[in-house]
Amino acid sequence: MNRRITALVRKEFIQVIRDPSSIAIAFVLPVILLLLFGYGVSLDAKRVPLALVAERPDPAAQSFLSGFYRSPYFVPVPVERMADAERLLEAGAVKGIVHLRADFGRRLLGGGEAPIQLIVDGIDANTARLVQGYVTDVWLTWLQRRADAERLPAAIPIPLESRIWYNAEVESRNFLVPGLIAVIMTLIGALLTALVIAREWERGTMEALMSTPVTMGEILLGKIVTYFLLGTGGLLLSVAMALWLFDVPLRGSFWLLWLGASLFLLTALGMGLLISTVTRNQFVAGQIAIIVTFLPAFILSGFIFEIRSMPTAIQWLTHLVPARYFVAFLQTVFLAGDIGAVIWPNLAALAVMAALFLGRTWQISRKRLE
Amino acid sequence: MPSPRPEAAVRIEALTKTFPPAVTALDDFAAAVRPGAITGLIGPDGAGKTTLMRLIAGLLTPDRGRITVFGTEVAEDPAWIQARLGYMPQRFGLYEDLTVQENLDLYADLQGLAPQQRAERYAPLLAMSGLAPFTGRLAGRLSGGMKQKLGLACVLVGQPRLLLLDEPTVGVDPLSRRDLWRILDDQVRKHGLTVLMATAYLDEAERCREVILIHRGRRLGQTSPSRFLEPMRGRVYYIRTPPAVRRRLLRELLRDPDILDAVVQSDGVRVVTRHPRPPSVTDPGALPEAVEPRLEDAFVARLRAEAETLSMPEVRLSRRPRSGEREPVIVVRGLKRRFGDFYAVKGVSFTVRRGEVFGLLGANGAGKTTTFRMLCGLLPVTEGEATVAGADLRRAPAEARARLGYMAQKFSLYGHLSVQENLTCFAGLYGLRGERKRTRVAWALQTFELAPFRRQRALDLPLGHKQRLAMACALLHEPPILFLDEPTSGVDPLARREFWYLINGLAEQGVTVLVTTHFMEEAEYCDRLVILQAGEVLVEGSPEEIRRRTGAPSLEQAFIHLLESQR
Repeated sequence: MNRRITALVRKEFIQVIRDPSSIAIAFVLPVILLLLFGYGVSLDAKRVPLALVAERPDPAAQSFLSGFYRSPYFVPVPVERMADAERLLEAGAVKGIVHLRADFGRRLLGGGEAPIQLIVDGIDANTARLVQGYVTDVWLTWLQRRADAERLPAAIPIPLESRIWYNAEVESRNFLVPGLIAVIMTLIGALLTALVIAREWERGTMEALMSTPVTMGEILLGKIVTYFLLGTGGLLLSVAMALWLFDVPLRGSFWLLWLGASLFLLTALGMGLLISTVTRNQFVAGQIAIIVTFLPAFILSGFIFEIRSMPTAIQWLTHLVPARYFVAFLQTVFLAGDIGAVIWPNLAALAVMAALFLGRTWQISRKRLE
Repeated sequence: MPSPRPEAAVRIEALTKTFPPAVTALDDFAAAVRPGAITGLIGPDGAGKTTLMRLIAGLLTPDRGRITVFGTEVAEDPAWIQARLGYMPQRFGLYEDLTVQENLDLYADLQGLAPQQRAERYAPLLAMSGLAPFTGRLAGRLSGGMKQKLGLACVLVGQPRLLLLDEPTVGVDPLSRRDLWRILDDQVRKHGLTVLMATAYLDEAERCREVILIHRGRRLGQTSPSRFLEPMRGRVYYIRTPPAVRRRLLRELLRDPDILDAVVQSDGVRVVTRHPRPPSVTDPGALPEAVEPRLEDAFVARLRAEAETLSMPEVRLSRRPRSGEREPVIVVRGLKRRFGDFYAVKGVSFTVRRGEVFGLLGANGAGKTTTFRMLCGLLPVTEGEATVAGADLRRAPAEARARLGYMAQKFSLYGHLSVQENLTCFAGLYGLRGERKRTRVAWALQTFELAPFRRQRALDLPLGHKQRLAMACALLHEPPILFLDEPTSGVDPLARREFWYLINGLAEQGVTVLVTTHFMEEAEYCDRLVILQAGEVLVEGSPEEIRRRTGAPSLEQAFIHLLESQR
């Protein structure tokens, strides 16, 4: 690298280190996001309070309800009367009610139908579906055990043996944390880059820079190298926290991960440079960067919301979001491994996008103030 | 191929540059810059100085015409020019979060100075600029004068052949300005440097070998300063007057169509007439004596001759402050302000009487703005007493604020609101309602001749008009006290005259004016003033007293003298 680029990169690093707002975007915010998504946000339902109403606590009812005490998903709240349970549900103190009528034991032993009533709080649809599923699980387990113990023919003629692959513990953290890498790298590559260049325009240093023999290519390269290195730092930080703090498995190869991350970082840098070349104002550059890069990386990338459950038009739109390809790539490399069929198409898409954004920036950047 | 040695370092031919949709920054402009000398580029704000600088530096492309620098056409090979150029833009182009040394290193790297040459190149630059003890300090923590010298050191570090300086001394104290000139003279003498310097300070232009006068994108003339002065012979007079009648005399002179310019200078008034004959004055005691013309006289005369009628707004207040008794209006005793463990103001005392124009002077960082903000009730007082119009600032800052009009540095207008919307908005903020609000806004539009611009955004106004609008906003509620923070910074000579004419008119009607400025010649307009230095009062008194005490012929020299005796 020639001396001018080295000088620009050195300058840029000093500025990042001395400027509290850059530090916040490059280091503090990523750590906060990782901790938040690693510990705080969970899309799983665990330790859900559930009211258990047995109108007559006979051995049959007891044996069924004991399954809920063993389940890690529920905190059972025994209630004597249905009316009390309904009040708890209204107050939000429980998320569902399992109701056994007084004749449950008699009907069960009589060999007839012994209905169980399940009422679920449907306000949070996601949790409601999970509660429904977990209760069914408890019920199936109980049936199976009863069948085994009494050598009765199984109540269900064809048992369903389900196995969950890639994320066997069904921990949402395992796919949230890898996806977060896309958000963090967008933050550094696009938002921070757009802000620092706009600041050079605002403070008049860009004008001074341009009047020196430095070429426009060198100015751009100085920025790309700096924020590429910072972004790689963000990647290493995220991977380290994912592996050692949150115990997320990395089943694919690290080098492949690094390759994909580099391609995405170049795309993000391309977007950041393009934004700040078009607007030369920190406020506008920040707003545009958040709206066209950061929010889509959060919402439209499949990081939190499944793309296939979005309306068709929005699904089409997600194809324009680079983070979409990167999130798919990340979740595969972390949880499934080096699956060529997923990885190569996504990497190809990222390479095309990086080339487009950087190429366009190169094309419109002139060493002129106009 | 041996190229013929060009006799001009920079040759500009038929240059036109427009900024769509409507601005013509340069219009068929032509000039030549002499090599190995300092050339001044002089003109009011918006005349096209910065655009011309940027075109020469290859940062803009001309619409028509061409610029050649040392025989190479800029548009064809900007990189060639930039390798031989030092360009200091208006805000010096420094990285504020880099230290002095880091800024120097960066520019040395960018300009391709070999590492082994650096020590040899840095030492004289640091010594001349007085920056040697501060190499580890962040550029953002330097005073305005230091920043300007660092900016200059950064462009000189690559040993350029051509130096372009865009208003290098705006907002810089007189001592630092003098240092800058010393560095420039030295570089020209030792290295044959060619300098083109845009400036609004006409006393600076007088030190240039040649000056180029630019107005509305066209060249009004180019010659040596002394040649500019020739047509002024017999047209410049000095009238010695006692301070009491000076203000009235000044206003009388400025209203006379035969008089192109009149300013306060030392113990009298300096007058430029349209024809080579003495001005006629009603006061029989006032005797005009002919004096040597200065560049400023010639410049203002030239601008006025451009069919430019000087607009002198006459402000009539409907509610005049009580006049007659000259009781104290602003009383400051032992005022202190601490930031962390640093005292920005340490024990300032002064008294301003009704109807006085009182100046608060000092270099950047001397504590002017801090004192000012405390008096406006914008910054809490750490220690000491301050009363404004009888209201104690420590107990009732809001009450004090209601009695004053405040014009902030850089005018603080709402850029995206139109002229009329700004006025209406400020009228509302000052609590004017209904009929009174309407009449006051109409008054402001008429008095300050802003009616033709009423629908224009404040952002798009020329600087002089912005200043008028800011002044109009501060006067809407007819305050008995007016606070003006650097009101004329970056404003051209004509606009400055207009401004002082207005201030004098207000003072005659009994308005008390507190003004900060770093233009020493403007300080002559003050009845009394204090000069602050490092948070303390260096000297207090009328301009006459201060000059007499130091034995200096002008306030500027008195200031330099006092500062140096402190060093």
